[in-house]
Amino acid sequence: MSTRDILLWVVLPYLAGTVFVVGHLWRYRYDRFGWTTRSSQVYESRLLRAGSPMFHVGILMVIGGHVVGLLIPRAWLEAVGVQEHAYHLVATLGGTVAAVLTLAGLAILVYRRRTVGPVFLATTRMDKLMYVVLSAVLLFGTTATVMFQLLGDAYDYRGSISPWIRSLLTFQPDPALMAHVPLAFQLHILCALGLFALWPFTRLVHVFSAPLGYLTRPYIVYRTRDAHGLGSRGPRPGWERAERPGAPR
Amino acid sequence: MKVMAQMSMVMNLDKCIGCHTCSVTCKQAWTNRTGVEYVWFNNVETRPGVGYPRMYEDQERWGGGWVRNSRGRLKLRSGGRFSKLAHIFSNPKLPTIDDYYEPWTYEYDALLSSPQGEHTPVARPMSLLTGKAMQIHWSANWDDNLGGSMETMQDDPILQQMSQSVTAELEQAFMFYLPRICEHCLNPSCVASCPSGAMYKRVEDGIVLVDQDQCRGWRMCVSGCPYKKVYFNHKTGKAEKCTMCYPRLEVGLPTVCSETCVGRLRYLGLVLYDADRVLEAASVEDPTQLLDAQRSVILDPFDPAVIAGAEREGIPRDWIDAAQRSPIWSLISTYQVALPLHPEYRTMPMVWYIPPLSPVVDVVTGSGNDGEDARTLFAAIDRLRIPVEYLAGLFTAGETAPVTAVLQRLAAMRAHMRNINLGTEQDPRIASSVGMTAEEVEGMYRLLAIAKYEDRYVIPAAHAESAQALEETATGCSLDVDGGPGMGGPGKFGSSSGRPVRAAVETFHALRNRQTADKPAGAEQPARVNLLNWDGNGAPPGLFPPEPGDLGYGEGPEADR
Repeated sequence: MSTRDILLWVVLPYLAGTVFVVGHLWRYRYDRFGWTTRSSQVYESRLLRAGSPMFHVGILMVIGGHVVGLLIPRAWLEAVGVQEHAYHLVATLGGTVAAVLTLAGLAILVYRRRTVGPVFLATTRMDKLMYVVLSAVLLFGTTATVMFQLLGDAYDYRGSISPWIRSLLTFQPDPALMAHVPLAFQLHILCALGLFALWPFTRLVHVFSAPLGYLTRPYIVYRTRDAHGLGSRGPRPGWERAERPGAPR
Repeated sequence: MKVMAQMSMVMNLDKCIGCHTCSVTCKQAWTNRTGVEYVWFNNVETRPGVGYPRMYEDQERWGGGWVRNSRGRLKLRSGGRFSKLAHIFSNPKLPTIDDYYEPWTYEYDALLSSPQGEHTPVARPMSLLTGKAMQIHWSANWDDNLGGSMETMQDDPILQQMSQSVTAELEQAFMFYLPRICEHCLNPSCVASCPSGAMYKRVEDGIVLVDQDQCRGWRMCVSGCPYKKVYFNHKTGKAEKCTMCYPRLEVGLPTVCSETCVGRLRYLGLVLYDADRVLEAASVEDPTQLLDAQRSVILDPFDPAVIAGAEREGIPRDWIDAAQRSPIWSLISTYQVALPLHPEYRTMPMVWYIPPLSPVVDVVTGSGNDGEDARTLFAAIDRLRIPVEYLAGLFTAGETAPVTAVLQRLAAMRAHMRNINLGTEQDPRIASSVGMTAEEVEGMYRLLAIAKYEDRYVIPAAHAESAQALEETATGCSLDVDGGPGMGGPGKFGSSSGRPVRAAVETFHALRNRQTADKPAGAEQPARVNLLNWDGNGAPPGLFPPEPGDLGYGEGPEADR
């Protein structure tokens, strides 16, 4: 196990993970106003209508596939009757469909972003960097899948990459697992780590705003003016109102 | 019965001269920021016309408001909860910027920087979205005074519901102005459409607001509102809407649009309503019954049971008082001359309108008859089918009887007051023919025609015992809250991100002292002049660049003092 292995497969992932978690907490604390999808649909609707659902449905499938392939141990799946062959078939077929949807959607969206004047002007430098890293992650991932899963003889990532990720998550990192993983997979993972580190500082934060609460809340929302106590700003330290200790507020 | 208070508005369309002062002052106060260049919280449209945004009333296309399904329950016209989430990646009903208009400025610099030549330089229109030269072909008020209406008027969704043949005739027949703000509905479909739960109705006064910190820019409210009065700020990526100037209302001042209304046609006041019955009233089967249903939801503020209910809900006594003196209650329920805009959207809108009689009067006087004679006017109201049908399309879901009743009351008021002013014999039949007494007619006249400031605006101040906060609201912009869109320039994550600092550095009194002082502020020392604080009182040094012979500011005689 070389220093390089430890740097790449232990230090870097934990660094990216820390930036990811702390970054989100910091952003939520200090920039709730900037936390939005920053939709550009008012500028252009036709291309977005084709590209955006394709990309988003595709990427949700991709995320689902990664959760099943990486986080769930092979033994668990086999215990519920999903054998290697069935798993490989579903993963490869579903993965291909998802990859096509995602990449085609991304291509439409990037084309739209570059060619529609107002949309391009509304693109920040952070957006551009994020697009580059996201595209790199998707391209390396697709390359690896095509090279090894479609054309090659099915690289068994569930024997190396998946246990490595679970070893990270259980805080018992085992970089040796990653030493002999093919380069395409390694590049895919390194780009993904970069994306995780960028995530909290980009518009990707909107992923954590998926409005699932909408399904259960009442339609009409009422709020009182005094939700935050008296006035729009809390009393200054030392100027709190007198209260009987222990009395309900 | 759950009594709630609602701050509402009534506009008397007879008095609107279409001067757009309300729109301009509102724009100056609220939407002169980047990202909302195209946004008019208040706009005045010429009717018949397509309105702003273009054809917003065509709900087949935009899917705003509610519909009643076969089981008698209300559902959002653009789809329920699952449908909304399924379309979250691309809202199929969202108006694009072209449906409003592409905002622009002019290349003013060309006027100064062009080289000397044969022709006068011109300032070309430049798009505020692309920064490039553009051809202006539409704006918020393109068909003002029926200008260009020969091309666009047939697109008016109300006219399309009426027979085709009336269009050309209509243009000669009548025209009026319709000022519009957010309706602050009792059953707001924008709030119901918001996936994030960022939009809410304020419990105390019923004002519908967007929590800028919770809005995630899903854009469902924009299509959900049938009046298209929620707008998407394309720079901040958040929804914004008319706030009914709540920082002003909280300190007892009328909204900017009301305060500056030249025609004095706006009325502001509280109504009490029964929140438990709103949904039931909004769900009545026949759309033409919605007007009566909504009237029945509004509670009589003099009824002891209502007063007791209001006290039980914690509505302060002076608010109940204000509800009793409310011009809104008088116009909606006592005189019954105000009507809601498009009740058929089933959102229970709370900005009501007194339909205009003047088109009818114009036709009558134009034909050489007496425009203030009760019988002539009554006959004309019956005969002028088209204006009444058009008004019914706007205010009563197509039912003409309530519109006719209102117009007859206005006509009776005209005739009755003419008799009084000319000192001729009083005809008690004029008032009784519209189901009113002479005293009621004269009371309505005082409210509508004399329209004293204190009668038009009955606004109880907010009851947060919060002087510290009110000091802020009276002088600052209410969007200046933490993270509000009024704050700061582009942050790290795009426009207006980041945590801003509060801006209210001047208190109300300090500002007023300075504005009424004899001496110009800051005249003692030459310094940079902050034009935002300049009180217009004299010209402090440094306001103008030095003259060629001068030593310039800082080096002139003042510097030696």
